[in-house]
Amino acid sequence: MYRYDAYDQRFLEERVAQYRDQVRRRLAGQLSEEEFKPLRLMNGLYLQLHAYMLRVAIPYGTLAPEQMRMLAHVARRYDRGWGHFTTRTNCQFNWIKLEETPDILADLATVQLHAIQTSGNSFRNTTADPWAGAAADEIEDPRPYCEIIRQWSTLHPEFSFLPRKFKIAVSAAKAADRAAVKVHDIGLYIVRNEAGEVGFEVLVGGGLGRTPVIGATLRDFLPKRHLLSYLEAILRVYNQHGRRDNLYKSRIKILVQHLGIARMREAVEAEWAAMDNAALALSDETIADFARHFAPPDLPPAAEADAAFEAVLAGNKQFARWVEHNTARHKVPGHAIVTLSLKPYGRPPGDCTAEQMDLVADLADEYSQGEIRLTHEQNIVLPHVRRSDLWALWHRLEPAGLGTSNIGLVTDIIACPGLDYCSLATARSIPIAERLSRHLAAREDEIGELKIKISGCINACGHHHVGHIGILGVDKNGEEFYQITLGGSADQDAALGAIIGPAVSSAEVTNAIDQLIEVYLSQRAAGERFNDTYRRIGAAPFKAALYAARPAREPAYAA
Amino acid sequence: MGQSGPVRLVTGNRLRDGVPVYYAGPGRWSPAIADARLLAEDAAAAALAAVEADPLPRPVVAPYLIDAEIKSDRIRPASLRERIRAFGPTV
Amino acid sequence: MLLEAGEFRADRWRHLGDDEALADGETVTVSHARWLRERAALIGRNAALGLRLPNDVSPVTLGEDIHRFALIVLNFPRFTDGRAYSQARLLRGRLGYRGSLRAAGNVLRDQLLFMRRCGFDAFEVGERAVAENWLAAFDEVDVFFQPAEDQLPWVLRQRRAVA
Repeated sequence: MYRYDAYDQRFLEERVAQYRDQVRRRLAGQLSEEEFKPLRLMNGLYLQLHAYMLRVAIPYGTLAPEQMRMLAHVARRYDRGWGHFTTRTNCQFNWIKLEETPDILADLATVQLHAIQTSGNSFRNTTADPWAGAAADEIEDPRPYCEIIRQWSTLHPEFSFLPRKFKIAVSAAKAADRAAVKVHDIGLYIVRNEAGEVGFEVLVGGGLGRTPVIGATLRDFLPKRHLLSYLEAILRVYNQHGRRDNLYKSRIKILVQHLGIARMREAVEAEWAAMDNAALALSDETIADFARHFAPPDLPPAAEADAAFEAVLAGNKQFARWVEHNTARHKVPGHAIVTLSLKPYGRPPGDCTAEQMDLVADLADEYSQGEIRLTHEQNIVLPHVRRSDLWALWHRLEPAGLGTSNIGLVTDIIACPGLDYCSLATARSIPIAERLSRHLAAREDEIGELKIKISGCINACGHHHVGHIGILGVDKNGEEFYQITLGGSADQDAALGAIIGPAVSSAEVTNAIDQLIEVYLSQRAAGERFNDTYRRIGAAPFKAALYAARPAREPAYAA
Repeated sequence: MGQSGPVRLVTGNRLRDGVPVYYAGPGRWSPAIADARLLAEDAAAAALAAVEADPLPRPVVAPYLIDAEIKSDRIRPASLRERIRAFGPTV
Repeated sequence: MLLEAGEFRADRWRHLGDDEALADGETVTVSHARWLRERAALIGRNAALGLRLPNDVSPVTLGEDIHRFALIVLNFPRFTDGRAYSQARLLRGRLGYRGSLRAAGNVLRDQLLFMRRCGFDAFEVGERAVAENWLAAFDEVDVFFQPAEDQLPWVLRQRRAVA
C-alpha cells in the first residue's frame, strides 16, 4: 500500500500545525464559529448531538495494521473505546473534544492517517473496490489511481470551496461493481478499449441524498494519461456553474440534470480542449511509481480444494457456513478474500471496539500479508488469506465477536448512526437495525441474499436508496416513521429503490419487513434472490401485503 | 420547580468539548438539564439574545431555544432529538 | 486596506459607482455592467482602468479586453462561494492576464494561500488582518499537490525531478 515520502509527511505535519493554530484562534475568540466551521470541516470535525465527531479518512478503504492500531489508540485515549466504520469507508469517533483534536491529528499523522477533507464542500474520500488486488475479475488494481486522485485533490486551491461535497469512486471490475461507482459525483471504471489499451469510462452526476440519481457516462474512454486534466475540467465546469443558491440543489447531479448529459459533455470537453492539459498529464513512469506501492504480495499458489480442507468443512457446520458466506475466491489459487462481519445480531452495524481493532491488526499481520480493507457496507476485509489458514483464523474471530457468518444476508444491515448521534438526523436508525437483526437472525439462510439499508434522514448516509429494502426515517408530527423502498441496488445493475407506500410507524417496521419477506419467499422462483423476484413480479404484491391488510398485527407466517 | 406545563430553555454545545449544556443563569451553563433555568417566552428570547451578545470567545456554540415540560418534577424536552441530547443515545 | 506585495497598504484605486461621473486621469475601477455600456469611452481614456467582475461572469467573455485593465477585482460574496478561484485561474493561466488581480469581498485569513495559488496578488482586508498577522498564512504550507498559477512545483513533478 502507499507509503508516504518526505513530501507527504511534511505536508501532513504542516497541515497539523496549521490546524492547531486554527483551533487556538477559535478557542481564543479570534475566529467566530461561522469562520471556523468550514476550517474544522476541512479536517473532518463535526459538531454532533453529544460531542464533536471526528471522521478519519481511510483512503480507498485500505489500512495497514499499524494504522488500525492507531485507530484503537484514538478510541481508547480520546473516545469511549470504540469507533464506527462508515459507508464511505472512513472511521468515525463520536465523543471527541475540540481542544484535543490537534493532538489526535498529530497522533494520526505518525502513521500517515488524517481527517483531511472528510467533510466540507470539497473532495471527499475517493473510494475503491475492497477486493482490489485480490479479485480475479479486475483489469488492474484501481488503488494507484485513487492515490493519484487523492493527492491531486488535497487542498486543491481552486476547488476547496465548491458548491457542495464531491465524491469519486473507482472500480476496475465493471461487471461486478463493488464500489457503487454509479452513485458517485464522478464514477470511474477502469476499462479496456478495442485497441486493448487500458483507460477510464467516466461517469458523472450520480448520487444519493434528497434527489438520488444514477450517474451517466460522460466519456466512454479516457486515456490514463489524461485522468487528472479531465477531472480538473469537470470540476472547473461544476465550480463555476453548480448552484449556490440552494443547499439541496448544489451537487453536480443537479447541474447534469439541468443541462442534460450532452450539454454537460460539451461543456467539459470544451474546457478540457481549452486547458493546457499537458500540465496535469500523467506519464507512464509516474503511474508506474504509484503502482509500485500497490504491487501484489508474493502469494504462492496452492491447491484450491484439498481433501484435508474438505474434511474440516464436513466436520464443522458452523465453520462451513462461515466459509460459505464470509469468504470469496481469490485470484491466486489456494487463497481467499475474507470478510469480517461488523454486524453481530442486535448490535449497531459497523461499530468496532478498540480490542477488536487491535485483533484485526494482528490477524492482518498473521494471515493477510499486513493488509486490511473496509467496505461501503461497513464490514472489514482481509484480502489475502491462505485457505489453509481459514480454520485457525475463524477460531480467533468468534470470541472477539467478529465471527458472525452473515455477509450479504438479511442481518448484514447497513445503517447510519442516525438520531442517536447525528445532528442532521430526523429519526433513529440503529434501534431499527438492531431489532430487525435480532428478529431475522434465525431465518437468514432461508431468506438468502437481501440487503437492508437504513438512513436516519434524507441525506442517505445509510445508502437506503440502493438497498434491496431501503428504510428511511422521517418525521410525522414529531413521531419517528419509516418509509420503505424496494428494488435498489448499488452494484453494476445500479438502481434506485421505489417507495412502496406511506411510511410506517417505528412499532410497525418489523412486521412490515416480515410481510415483504413473506411475499418474496412465497413467490420466488428457484435461485431467485430478493431483487430478482421483485423485478419479476413488480411492486404490487408487496404493496398489497403491506397496505391492504393494515389492521393485522400478527405475522403472515405461522410462528 | 413543582410547576407543570410547557417551558422554554436555552441550550447549546460547549465549545471546547461539544457537550450539550443548558443555560442555568447569567454566565452559567450546565451539562445537566436539571440545572436549566426555565423561562417564559419573552424571558427566553431575551436570555438567548444576551448570550449571543457575549464577547468572544463564547463558551457555548450556537445557542438556541427549546421547548420542554415538567413531568413528575423532572424537566423533559418536548422533542425526541432534544431528549437524546439531554439523556444520551438510546442504544 | 490592501494586503499586497508582503505588506499592508492603502487602496489607491477609486471604485466608481455606475452613476458616478468619471473625471479625466482618475484611477478607477468600473463595474462590469458599466464596462459593457461605456466600453468605447472607457477605452479612449488616458488613465489606468480597473474592472470589477461579478463572480458569475466568465472572464473568457472579456476576450482580449482583459489586457486593457491594470487591475481586475474578483469577488467572494461569502468566503464559501469559491467561483472566483476559477475566474482567477482562467485569467492568469488561460488568458494570460498580467495586471493586478485582487480578491475582494469576504476575504479571510485561511483562504489567502488558496487565493495566491490561483493567481491573486492583492487582497482586500480589514484591520483584523494586521492585528492577527495574516501575512503568516502564506507560509503555513509549502508542499503542493497540484499545479496552479503560482509557478510553484507540485509534488508529482518534484518526485520525478529528484528520482
